[in-house]
Amino acid sequence: MFIRHETLEKNAFLFLLLTLLTIAIGGIVEVIPLFTIETTVEPVKGVRPYSPLESRGRDIYVREGCYVCHSQMIRALRDEVERYGHYSLAAESMYDHPFQWGSKRIGPDLARVGGKYSSEWHYAHLTNAQSVVPESLMPHYAFLADTPLDTDDLVNRLKAQRTVGVPYTDEDIANALADLRTQADPSADNTALLKRYPKAVTVPGNSTAPTEMDALVAYLQVLGTMVDFADPANEKLRQ
Amino acid sequence: MSDLALGASSAVAMPAHRTIVYNEDIVKKFVIATMFWGVVAFLVGVVLAAQLAWPELNLGISFTNFGRLRPVHTSAGIFAFGGSALIGTSFYVVQRTCRARLFGGEALANFIFWGYQFFIVMAALSYVMGFSQGQEYAEPEWHLDVWLTIIWVLYAVVFIGTVVMREEPHIYVANWFYMAFILTIAVLHIGNNIAMPVSIFTAKSYNIASGVQNAMIQWWYGHNAVGFFLTAGFLGMMYYFIPKAANRPVYSYRLSIVHFWSLIFMYIWAGPHHLHWTALPDWTQTLGMAFSVMLWMPSWGGMINGIMTLSGAWDKLRTDPGLRFSVTAVGFYGMSTFEGPVMSVRDVNALSHYTDWGIGHVHSGTLGWVAFITFGALYYLVPVLWQRQRLYSVRMVSWHYWIATLGIVFYITSMWVAGIMQGLMWRAYDAFGFLQYSFAESVSAVHPYYVIRLTGGLFFLIGMLFMVCNLILTVRSPTTERPEVLPAGVAVAGE
Repeated sequence: MFIRHETLEKNAFLFLLLTLLTIAIGGIVEVIPLFTIETTVEPVKGVRPYSPLESRGRDIYVREGCYVCHSQMIRALRDEVERYGHYSLAAESMYDHPFQWGSKRIGPDLARVGGKYSSEWHYAHLTNAQSVVPESLMPHYAFLADTPLDTDDLVNRLKAQRTVGVPYTDEDIANALADLRTQADPSADNTALLKRYPKAVTVPGNSTAPTEMDALVAYLQVLGTMVDFADPANEKLRQ
Repeated sequence: MSDLALGASSAVAMPAHRTIVYNEDIVKKFVIATMFWGVVAFLVGVVLAAQLAWPELNLGISFTNFGRLRPVHTSAGIFAFGGSALIGTSFYVVQRTCRARLFGGEALANFIFWGYQFFIVMAALSYVMGFSQGQEYAEPEWHLDVWLTIIWVLYAVVFIGTVVMREEPHIYVANWFYMAFILTIAVLHIGNNIAMPVSIFTAKSYNIASGVQNAMIQWWYGHNAVGFFLTAGFLGMMYYFIPKAANRPVYSYRLSIVHFWSLIFMYIWAGPHHLHWTALPDWTQTLGMAFSVMLWMPSWGGMINGIMTLSGAWDKLRTDPGLRFSVTAVGFYGMSTFEGPVMSVRDVNALSHYTDWGIGHVHSGTLGWVAFITFGALYYLVPVLWQRQRLYSVRMVSWHYWIATLGIVFYITSMWVAGIMQGLMWRAYDAFGFLQYSFAESVSAVHPYYVIRLTGGLFFLIGMLFMVCNLILTVRSPTTERPEVLPAGVAVAGE
């Protein structure tokens, strides 16, 4: 089949149709299989939805544009694995709407920052990064500690995430506010919280009115800690 | 067929049998918006560069922090400055090359203008206030995305409507690029922004895709914002304004066909080169890399077609500083579209990714190509649109040209050095097999280059201010008046 280009140049709709077909091919070939090929995201033991406090912390992370300076994707390269830990697995961001892999490291990668520092360190660092890392270029986020976390639409936020595929159960949603408060209160009984969200780190926050910083620290402290690479069930993931 | 290759000047062969009243008022509006947003985008860029050199300048206030201002800079640069330039020039070019008045009437065109400006202002305010989807170059929340979709569809209707109503038998090559730009941006914008709002009254949503699929869709969008917004659209600009300013036909008609179709076909595949060595499957990375390398050829096809259009008119580079901007732009286009394929090779990317090399690469494209081709078009357009005999000061254009070029050189060379240094420091091992540098050491090491980059950005901003002054004086000053002036908006067909 041979169409003279002149024909296209004289018919705007034909021209647009062919343009649409031409630009559609690459996207279809690269995107659709990622939803259909099972090995794209290999299931890994330990990955769970974020706890209510972590999820709200993630909202803050997105809102403040942390991704413009911090990646959350340890590439499969020797120096990165030695600096940051095991390379990131697809499953570790399977509940991330949106993904926050980032594209620039003005600061270090945060994919496995959870547990690397104490929560107290994070509070100090977010308030005034230069007080703990003198070379840091990070802005000060002291205002997060003064801003009470908005929990009015917490349930709606979790439900919206459930709509796009995060497996929050009815029980998770019913207990959302209680779980959120528990995670910001070191003196509270966190058994039920840990049952629903294993490895959730309780932050020394304000339990009656948790702040945005409490939520952000809870989020940072879970990053990269969900998968236990020492667990024999995850044997094949070992480097 | 050779008529078409003659491009914009082809119509000269036609008898000027009737006058068409073009809608130039709308083009003027977009030209003013382009200048305004250019200043804003470069100014915010300078502020951000200063914040990276001296972090105290973040001021510790939520509204002025780097994380919230950075999307203001990228959106102001790409969508406000670039978008206004593209929509404005496309409305100018499509009317002249189709010899038809803009389809849909003045009210619709004005609605598109104000609707688009409203989108930009709301987007910028929303970032500063703390609303963001958290995906690069797609930060506006869902309600603004819906608004932009409406405006964009109307824009497509007006542009395509004008093409359909044309008197000229052929659709001129500039319009192929503008049409591909309009169509593809619509597809990308919708595809990347399908999200679930928290509620109808909440400016917060969660993207329908997550993790690896979200990453692929985002960079399918993100890289083609470069490919179709910042490349195809501006190639449309190149294909009109360079032949027009040089008064020469497009170098090769055949080359424009080949490079148009191969460019739009291959660009779409290139997204995965933003995700090398990540959790994205290897097959996708490899496809992205292969197409990115292949993309070098159609890109250079466009460059050759643009630069060689000056064959026989090279002397104009000395006499027409506006044209000098356009041609230098195509040179920078050639340079960044060579650098891009190099950086898309997985082993180069292992070093360059996450570093300032990427920032340098982007700016050689945006400052060198996008902004320069726009400056060339503006220096051509303003005297034509406002019926002036000439620009107020050609010397001032030369000052703009040299200070902006110097600014770009400072910018990209400092970012090359900073980026390669970061990449090498992050992977350096000492004699005992340990990582040699902490991350913090790589941060303080690049400080001098951040200061040089700031200087480069400042130069570029100063050049822009020269242009704004010059163009305002061109419109205002009595020295540039034309002896005999046609009624506003009236042009003789074929002119």
